[in-house]
Amino acid sequence: MISIEQLKLTATVLRKRILSTAYYKKQGHVGGSLSCADILVSLFFHQLSIDPSCPKWEDRDRFVLSKGHTALGLYATLALRGYISEEELKTFDQYESRLQAHPDMTKLDALDMSTGSLGQGLSAAVGMAIGAKRLKKDFRVYCLIGDGESQEGQIWEAANIAEKYKLDNLIVIMDQNGLQQYGWKNGKERMDPERYGKRKFDSFGFETWEVDGHSMEDLIAVLTEVKGSVNGLPKAIIANTTKGKGVRFMENNYVWHSKAPNDEEYQMALTELEGED
Amino acid sequence: MSINVRDQFGKQLAKLAKEDSRVLALDGDLGNSTRLDSIEKETVDSFLQMGIAEQNMVGVAAGLASVGFQPWVCSFATFLTKRALDQIVVSVAQTNFDVKLVGSYSGLLTSNTGKTHHSLDDIAIMTTIPNMTVIAPSDPSETVSAMKAMHKTAGPMYLRLTRDETIPSFLPNSDFEIGKGKTLAEGTDILLVTTGSTTFRVNEVIKQMEGVSIAHLHFPTLKPFDKELLIDAARKVPLVVTVEEHYIRGGLGSIVSEILSEELPKKVVRIGVPDRFLGCGTDEELLESNGLSVYEIRKSLTALCSKQF
Repeated sequence: MISIEQLKLTATVLRKRILSTAYYKKQGHVGGSLSCADILVSLFFHQLSIDPSCPKWEDRDRFVLSKGHTALGLYATLALRGYISEEELKTFDQYESRLQAHPDMTKLDALDMSTGSLGQGLSAAVGMAIGAKRLKKDFRVYCLIGDGESQEGQIWEAANIAEKYKLDNLIVIMDQNGLQQYGWKNGKERMDPERYGKRKFDSFGFETWEVDGHSMEDLIAVLTEVKGSVNGLPKAIIANTTKGKGVRFMENNYVWHSKAPNDEEYQMALTELEGED
Repeated sequence: MSINVRDQFGKQLAKLAKEDSRVLALDGDLGNSTRLDSIEKETVDSFLQMGIAEQNMVGVAAGLASVGFQPWVCSFATFLTKRALDQIVVSVAQTNFDVKLVGSYSGLLTSNTGKTHHSLDDIAIMTTIPNMTVIAPSDPSETVSAMKAMHKTAGPMYLRLTRDETIPSFLPNSDFEIGKGKTLAEGTDILLVTTGSTTFRVNEVIKQMEGVSIAHLHFPTLKPFDKELLIDAARKVPLVVTVEEHYIRGGLGSIVSEILSEELPKKVVRIGVPDRFLGCGTDEELLESNGLSVYEIRKSLTALCSKQF
């Protein structure tokens, strides 16, 4: 089993891949990809029961990136995990690439769902979880949503049904990074898109946890605990994160929601991340 | 009285669900109207109540299809195709999942419920979506054949159904092949082109028309459209008339006009609902005031014929 230290190192490498890919393409949702980097590593390198050599293995755990605009982070994770080559990352966001700006499952078989229009992935995940129960399969369905995304009413339509169908095989993780593309201003500050993620999922009948989304120890501990909870309640982990995490000038700055670094910024970011290696 | 379309739909879906455990019925809290309740009554395990939340219902269907089920999602046509349109496009059509979308209460006949319940643009919307097959059977027997074909053929499909309870199984041949139209009458003066419930009413009109040689094509599949059948029949007549329980923009009339303008330029007259919102009314009132009752269609055709010949 991979150690926490190795997972942390992997997360740093992932951040570098996210940045190099965005730098190469001069495009990409960097901020939200960096905020969910530790979550992606904890899932793909520790928690998910998956087989990169057989991406359509029918008993695999499912993963739905409902916040589909951070496909950049997911592709870089899939490259590190061996689903695609590092070289292929250079095709990100190019015409007819398997690595579309937003996930396209018809192009890349490592993806369990096409997403990109916010709010839709969670409903599909609910369908997969209902399906797993009907098929008497043990696989779990993990769905990563955004806090901004949770302004979509469909998230709560899906949550409502998850409770009704007692989907304890559904694990929702909210990347609560506190920023969205533009959002509301409160004076000079920007207000959180979703300030009460835990309270809302609590009231929708979920079993919930709140965790530091950048603490690998805490993520692994909570995700492991969640797996052991078979009580008919759907699960929600509210992961408090920092948008742009790992690169100081990107952190907590909404401008980096969708922006690629220039030469100078890229070098600065790499230097900072190299220091973590 | 023979069975009507919606009762037949419920009965047939219950049969499919009993025979095939992959078949699931997803209801948006309208099962007792759409007759999806037949599945709940006959094979309760195949019935999933999704509540009044169409967007989620369509997304859940996509997820179920991804793990091997064939969900049949049913609501009123207007709610399904407009409230959940982006979900249909992104989660069902782009992914090419085997999800069957059933729009009941299409057109004008929505049990006196008025503007919010009429569905007069669903053909326009659904035929525009890549990967989507669009089917509108005319009578109860053809509904059964269409559903059998849909069940056997994987992929996203939209089934447009009528609530009209006056349509018996009248078609001489209830066979159904996806993408194929049917010739109901051959003629040389005028070609009538119809789909869905309107085919029945136009068939009644033709029985009453004398002294004019009328060809009649019925298209139970609107996408993919049987172009060859249309072009061959249109070649033999000077005038083509489309009749539909849908806005005249974007529906059958538009499909026919598009094809003929490219392949065989010819005068096409479109009979359907004009560009306006409608009030509530009885079935008879709504058909009459929109020129779609048997009487009104006959009147329009008679006028066209007298101008033409």
